[in-house]
Amino acid sequence: MIYDSVIIGGGPAGLAAAVKLAEKGYEPVIIESRDRLGGIPLQCIHPGFGLHLFREDLTGPEYIYRFIDRVEELGVKYVLEAYVEEIVNYSMISKKVRITSPRGVEVVEGKTLIYAAGARERTRYEIGLPGPNAAGIYTAGEAQTMMDMYGVMPGKRVLILGSGDVGLIMARRFVLEGAEVVGVVEILSYPSGLVRNIVQCLEDYGIPLYLQHTVKEIRARNGRVSEAVITRVDENFKPIPGSEFTVDIDALILAVGLRPRVKLLKELGVRIDPNSHGPVVNDWLETMDAPGVFVAGNALMINDYADYASMQGYWAAESAIEYIENKGLPSTRWRRVVPGENTRLVVPQYLSGLRDAWLYLRVSTPLENARLVIPGLGREIPLIHALPSLQLRLMLRREEILRAGEEVVVEAVKD
Amino acid sequence: MRIVVIGAGITGLSIARVLTRYDNLEVVVVDKNPDVGWGVSKANTSIIHPCHEEDPDKHPLRTKLCLEGHDKWYEWTRELDIRVKWPGEIMAATSEEEIRVLEHYYELAIRNRVPGVRLLRGEELFRLEPTLNPEVIAGLYAPSAGTIDPIGACIALAENIVDNGGRLLLGRRVKGIRVGDYRVLGVETTGGFIQADLVVNAAGLYADEISRMAGISDYTIHPRRGQYLIYDRTVQPKPSRIIHSAPTQKTKGVYLVNTVGEVLLVGPTAEDLPSNMRDANYTTREGLEYVLKQAMKLIRKLPPRELVIRTYAGLRPEPSTGSFILRFHEDPWGFIEAAGIRSPGLTAAPGIAGYIEKLIREHVELKPREKWNPYRRDITRPKMLPATERNRLIRENPDYGRIICQCEGVSLGEVMEAVKRMKKIGVPEVTLDGLKFRAHIMVGRCQGTFCRPLTSFILQERLGLEIWSLKFNLEGSFYGVGRVKDLFKKPVEAGEK
Ligand SMILES: Cc1cc2nc3c(=O)[nH]c(=O)nc-3n(C[C@H](O)[C@H](O)[C@H](O)COP(=O)(O)OP(=O)(O)OC[C@H]3O[C@@H](n4cnc5c(N)ncnc54)[C@H](O)[C@@H]3O)c2cc1C
Ligand SMILES: Cc1cc2nc3c(=O)[nH]c(=O)nc-3n(C[C@H](O)[C@H](O)[C@H](O)COP(=O)(O)OP(=O)(O)OC[C@H]3O[C@@H](n4cnc5c(N)ncnc54)[C@H](O)[C@@H]3O)c2cc1C
Repeated sequence: MIYDSVIIGGGPAGLAAAVKLAEKGYEPVIIESRDRLGGIPLQCIHPGFGLHLFREDLTGPEYIYRFIDRVEELGVKYVLEAYVEEIVNYSMISKKVRITSPRGVEVVEGKTLIYAAGARERTRYEIGLPGPNAAGIYTAGEAQTMMDMYGVMPGKRVLILGSGDVGLIMARRFVLEGAEVVGVVEILSYPSGLVRNIVQCLEDYGIPLYLQHTVKEIRARNGRVSEAVITRVDENFKPIPGSEFTVDIDALILAVGLRPRVKLLKELGVRIDPNSHGPVVNDWLETMDAPGVFVAGNALMINDYADYASMQGYWAAESAIEYIENKGLPSTRWRRVVPGENTRLVVPQYLSGLRDAWLYLRVSTPLENARLVIPGLGREIPLIHALPSLQLRLMLRREEILRAGEEVVVEAVKD
Repeated sequence: MRIVVIGAGITGLSIARVLTRYDNLEVVVVDKNPDVGWGVSKANTSIIHPCHEEDPDKHPLRTKLCLEGHDKWYEWTRELDIRVKWPGEIMAATSEEEIRVLEHYYELAIRNRVPGVRLLRGEELFRLEPTLNPEVIAGLYAPSAGTIDPIGACIALAENIVDNGGRLLLGRRVKGIRVGDYRVLGVETTGGFIQADLVVNAAGLYADEISRMAGISDYTIHPRRGQYLIYDRTVQPKPSRIIHSAPTQKTKGVYLVNTVGEVLLVGPTAEDLPSNMRDANYTTREGLEYVLKQAMKLIRKLPPRELVIRTYAGLRPEPSTGSFILRFHEDPWGFIEAAGIRSPGLTAAPGIAGYIEKLIREHVELKPREKWNPYRRDITRPKMLPATERNRLIRENPDYGRIICQCEGVSLGEVMEAVKRMKKIGVPEVTLDGLKFRAHIMVGRCQGTFCRPLTSFILQERLGLEIWSLKFNLEGSFYGVGRVKDLFKKPVEAGEK
């Protein structure tokens, strides 16, 4: 059996791709490593999902069950508890995926492949937080899984490191379960999360937010984290001596960012963009190094919303259909997208000029009353209030792209 | 007669293994920790040293036991199916002064009859190890160096001891040595009195305390900390040989080791701490910075900090005498010491075991057993098997097809086998670290953020334990503090204390 597409990952991106393919009469198969479909939203019992895609405020499970139910209705095939050992890019129209599952070792073949394996969380070791290796130090995702999938309290006096939406939502989550959150610590001078979340998750519960602070040291007693030493930092993020204070805690939750999970893509020879930490793709979301391999969701770049991950899933599915029908995508001269001044990342990294395309991007520093400029296209968009933590999105028309030269520089300029 | 070995580290377990060969000895190993190898033996550089760094004038016995131990590991690792590899090592010099240090060790290599040692320069050196920093001007190559899974070795030894009729009493701290009529009568533990005719003190960092319990106080031990960083398996460049800097008086220098788990280990520091800091096995910013600075001189390119997947620290048990303390006491008779087992204690362990065996034989007549099993097999690792074999395994037990660790590709079958083996050697309760060291989950890129909750949940379903009450390792190291919603019901007790 050769499927039209092998989809790796059954979260918002992978499920959306599967639904789109099946609705158009194609036959995908989903390979999912956990014992159920759904991905991260399964463990996000708070609202904030679906605003962009459904214009409704849903919880994570409500959001994702719209896709899961549809997958079941359409009779899409899936393999659970499947571990992908290797992806082989055999030919333009054959991608072979070797998997292990409780069914045994098997090779699943597709004409295309959609990679939607999501992200992993950064750990304390990665950000260089020394100290004892003790119980009670968890990433936000692990803490959330403990609480909302398995009913386990990770701690009752909690400090949170990182003020992105994930950290803020976890702060509230802990309070709602009766724990005390002693604070949220953020190394930057501004919070990374949405203003809405600052108000609804911290201010409403009187949780202190320590901006321009970091955790310098942790201590443990009896095998469990017991104290955190918090310090102010200067503009270079160096601790300011004398500014330290100590808080008693029994859990430290790290919400210090996510990274696209790209190991399998790397092994396939796909280039990784050092800015997005995801693969280098074109405006079909096809990797530039492996034709017929498409990437969507947090495996492509870290998205603020599951909705965006799903939209990228639709996009990848439509691309796959075009690919299947033509046994490949058209030959073209690529225009490279380059992040310019004040711009941290832009995805996709290549534009064909043969189609309209969404650009997803982030600025590299907070900007007030600035403009997003793409000089080559003569495009300008006002940025009233931009933060690196806010993902921006804009649509480029094919005609505009055609105006560009070999490089399309995207930059944010202050007035 | 019964012999009680205090300490289930590499020293105590090696001794116990050797002693299970005798019919008239009942071997019992006691440790305060609920599992084996959780003392000094779990956090070190993992090197089986070639032993050209041992000075036979200053430490004749240590030199001899290091050499013996090194060679015995060739056999022991095969018999016991312990992860090991023998890549050889390069002691790197970056100055003329350091070359003189290399020459000194070259002389020792000749004296100690360490095989194959060569001084290399230039092209020859870089062909042997292309990842060396171009600033390195010479290297002392010792092809017999190995790297082992130290805690895997402890586990293997423990299983082999139990297979041969020995017993482990874990989670019992020794509080006293009972002596009467100038001989040892047994050990007082937190789990009760254990009668003994012979007692071996192999208590690592705490050996001086145990000796004092038997009235011996002619030495003390202080900790010398070593800190490490581990980089992800995918980093480039990754040296294939062990690389290290020229040792000084205090330390064997900083090492870069591509371990048996194929991760890049970098360290250690050598920090002398006061003897009341025997629980200071934590890392510090300064310590890790020092290690990185030293490592940078050795390797062409140190991977970015982002690729560090773990940091840890270990404590060397430094005896005030400077050398291993290996004695059979006449007063109290039957009290035996294998104390002050500092570096290269891991290498020397089988040699130390042979030496202690000899000391005992000088005092007691030992009768060899007719049947003694030198072999032990490791846990089945499906990912090492060809696909057809793996399929057969999965058909018999689908758990081997349930991959719960995405980073390292470890199956649930391995985790359940680890649980069984912990029970077999007398581990009182399943811990997360116990699973980690046996099944190798929670050691990869994500450090268990995915597989830890999943594994805990499965253990709850299968073994009927509460997820939150699973411990990482020691008393108090509970995974959680209770069930969600319980906080509203009653004050939580766990994690307090
Ligand atoms: C605490 C928290 C709060 C959040 N709150 C919101 C919110 O309020 N609103 C919102 O819109 N978004 C929110 N998000 C973000 C949202 O969850 C993600 O953007 C979205 O889940 C990304 O979708 P995805 O499909 O790319 O990845 P995932 O949801 O991570 O799905 C990837 C799937 O792939 C599987 N997989 C991974 N590797 C493999 C492999 N090798 N083989 C097979 N399968 C594999 C995984 O098991 C998983 O099921 C939140 C996230 C977190 C952590
Ligand atoms: C940083 C570092 C790097 C090193 N590198 C190397 C190397 O590369 N190569 C090498 O050959 N050697 C190396 N060593 C040395 C080697 O690790 C040690 O010599 C060896 O592990 C000591 O083993 P042990 O069994 O004597 O001690 P331990 O492993 O500490 O065992 C002693 C046991 O006794 C138990 N115990 C203590 N007190 C009591 C009590 N009251 N009651 C019951 N049980 C008790 C402890 O719980 C422990 O399990 C290194 C050491 C360190 C710290």
